[in-house]
Amino acid sequence: MMPPSANCPNCGAKISFRWSASVQTVCEYCKSILVRTDVDLQKVGQVADLPPDSSPIQIGTEGTYGGHSFVAIGRIIYEYDQGNWNEWHLMMNNGTSGWLSDAQDEYAVTFQAPGRNLPGECSIGQQYSWDKETYTVSTVTKAHYRGVEGELPFQYWDKSEVIFVDLLSHTGKFATIDYSDEVPVLYLGEAVESENLKLKNLRSFEGWS
Amino acid sequence: MTSSGPTPAGTPQVKSLNCPSCGATLTVRSFGHAVTIVCDSCHSILDAQDPKLQILQKFEAATHEDPPLIPLGTRGSIRGTIYEAVGFQRRTIHVDGVPYSWHEYLLFNPYKGFRYLTEYNGHWNDVSVLRSLPDIGPGGSRLSYLGETFKHFQTAQAETSYVLGEFPWQVRQGEIAEVCDYVSPPRMISSEKTGEQITWSLGEYMTGRDIWQAFKLSGQPPTPIGVYENQPSPMSANVKVVWSMVGLFLLLLVALLAASYFTARNEQVFEQSYQFNSSVRGEASFVTEGFELKGHTSNVELTTTARVDNNWIYLNYALINQDTGHAYDFGREVSYYHGYDEDGSWSEGRTKDTVTLPSIPPGNYYLRVEPESAPNRGTIAYTITVKRDVPQASFFGLGVLALLVPAGLITWRSLNFEHLRWAESGDGDAFKAMEKNLLGSIQQSISGEDDK
Repeated sequence: MMPPSANCPNCGAKISFRWSASVQTVCEYCKSILVRTDVDLQKVGQVADLPPDSSPIQIGTEGTYGGHSFVAIGRIIYEYDQGNWNEWHLMMNNGTSGWLSDAQDEYAVTFQAPGRNLPGECSIGQQYSWDKETYTVSTVTKAHYRGVEGELPFQYWDKSEVIFVDLLSHTGKFATIDYSDEVPVLYLGEAVESENLKLKNLRSFEGWS
Repeated sequence: MTSSGPTPAGTPQVKSLNCPSCGATLTVRSFGHAVTIVCDSCHSILDAQDPKLQILQKFEAATHEDPPLIPLGTRGSIRGTIYEAVGFQRRTIHVDGVPYSWHEYLLFNPYKGFRYLTEYNGHWNDVSVLRSLPDIGPGGSRLSYLGETFKHFQTAQAETSYVLGEFPWQVRQGEIAEVCDYVSPPRMISSEKTGEQITWSLGEYMTGRDIWQAFKLSGQPPTPIGVYENQPSPMSANVKVVWSMVGLFLLLLVALLAASYFTARNEQVFEQSYQFNSSVRGEASFVTEGFELKGHTSNVELTTTARVDNNWIYLNYALINQDTGHAYDFGREVSYYHGYDEDGSWSEGRTKDTVTLPSIPPGNYYLRVEPESAPNRGTIAYTITVKRDVPQASFFGLGVLALLVPAGLITWRSLNFEHLRWAESGDGDAFKAMEKNLLGSIQQSISGEDDK
C-alpha cells in the first residue's frame, strides 16, 4: 500500500489518510474522488456540489459508541423523495469501521454484518432473523447517490439509483440492507439518541448555540 | 482531531425566500431539512429543495383561517431541549359525518431533530417517533411497547385539512392517512399508515399550562373540553391503592376488635337496686356507695334496668371521682309502653338502658342519682349496674364507614372519568372491559388482603 500521505493527482494538494484501511477519499480542495492503488492515488471522478445539508455532524466529529471512541472520517449522501440523509463513516478506536446514519437527526449506528443469509428483495412487513433477533421490514427506500466526502472503506462514486431496506426489531435494534451492489450487504446495529453518543466538534447553526 | 482545509460543511444559515406565486417573504427555519414549505399568504405548497421553489399545490383557505396557538418561529423548552415551532397542520377525521379536527405542531432543533405537539380541544400531547416496533396483540385490541400495554382507542381516516410552515416530508393538503391510537394514560401510541408505510409514534399527555410555560406564551391556554383519550385520570391510578389500603385497614380493625374483646377487663364494679316513690314530693337525689375503677383510663358502662310498665323514669346521673371531685354528668331515660289497638299488640321502648362513658381514669368513684317520673304513679323499682372496661364494637362500624365512603367515592369518580374517556372511543366494548378489569382488581385487592 502507498504511504499514508500523498498528493492529489489533480491539484497537487496534500492528501493524508486518517485510517490506514481507507480505500477512497475526496480531495478537500478540488473535490476529486481519489482511489488508492498499490502505488499512488487515482482520480476516478469528481464530486458535484453537495446538496444543502443540515446534519449537525461533520468530518472530524468525535463521539463514543459501545465503549469505543470514534471519529467521523467520511460520508455518503443519499437523496430520496423525502429529502436526503447521510451515512457517516466512523473510524472506531479499535481499528474497525462503523456507520452512523443521520436521517433528519434520527441516528442509528450499524456495522457491516457479512455471512448472513439475505433475501433477494423484500417488502414492508416481512420478517427476518439474524443473530437471534427478529427484524421487520419497515421501509424500502429508493434513493440516489448524491455525493461523497472524506474517507471510505470501499470505492463508492459511480452509483446512481440504490435501494435500501430498513428493518426494526421490538427491542430497538436496527438493520439495513444495501442493495446498491449485485450482492446485497447487511448492516446491523441500533437506533441511538444523539446525547448518548457524546458528540463533540459538531457544526454550528445560525441562531442556535 | 479536526479536519484541515476547506470542507463543504459551513454554518447553515436561516434562509429567506420569496413565494414565486405571491412574492411574500418566507423564512426557512429547519435549514436543509425542509422538503416542503407553505406560503401563509397565498397557501402555495412549495418544493423547498428546489432553488426555483416549484409550486407543488395551492389550497383554498381564508387568510389566518386557523392561527397556530404557538406562532411559528417561537422557541420553547421541551424536556430540557430548546425547540422551535416550524410547521403546523390541522388534521380532520369524520365520525358519523361529524368532522373532528386536531392540530399538530412540528418542532425542530438542529441537533435533536424533529418532534411534535398535538392539540385537541385544549388537550396537548408531546409526540416523538418510535425507534422500535410495538408488539400488536391478536385482534389488534392491544399492543405492548417496552413492557407497557396500550389499549386500542380508535382507528380513523385523517385528512390533512390545513398546513402552514415547513415540513421535512412531502406535505399536501387533502392527503389522507389511516391513524390508529392505543392508550395507556398518560401515554399513547399512534400509528399512521399512508400506502404501505407505517410510522409509529409515542405521545405523552401535557396540559395547556405546561405548553404555555414552555413557550412563554401570553394569555391563558384554552380550557380543555371533556376527557382526552390519554388524559391521566386524577383517580384511576389511586383506585387499586385505595382498595388495598381499605383491605389492610379492615383487617386492622378486625384485629383491634378481637384484641379489645380479648383484653377488656369487662369487670362489674357496682350493682344496687333502688325504689323510687313518685308520690313523694321533693328532692329524691342520693349518692351511692363508692366503687373502684381499676386499670388504665378506659370506658365505663352504666346499665339502668327499671320496672316501668306504661310509665317512664328519668335519672340524672353524676359519676364523681372521690379523689379529685371531678363529675361526669349525664341523664338517662327508661320508658316502656305497650297496649292493643286495631293492628294488634304494640310496644315502645325498653325496660333497660345502657350507656358507655368513654375515657374514665382509674380511681375511687361514686354515683349521685336523681330520679324523676310522672307524679303519683306509685313506686318504681330499678337497678343500676356499673361495668369497667367493656369491649366496644361501635368504633368498628364507624371505622368501616370511614373507610368505605371515600374509597367508594374515588372509585365512582374514576369510573365516571373512564366512562367519559371511552365514550369518545370508537371501541364501545373497551369501556366495559376496562370497568370489569377495574372492579376485578378491586375485588382482588380486598380479598387478597383478607386472605392474609
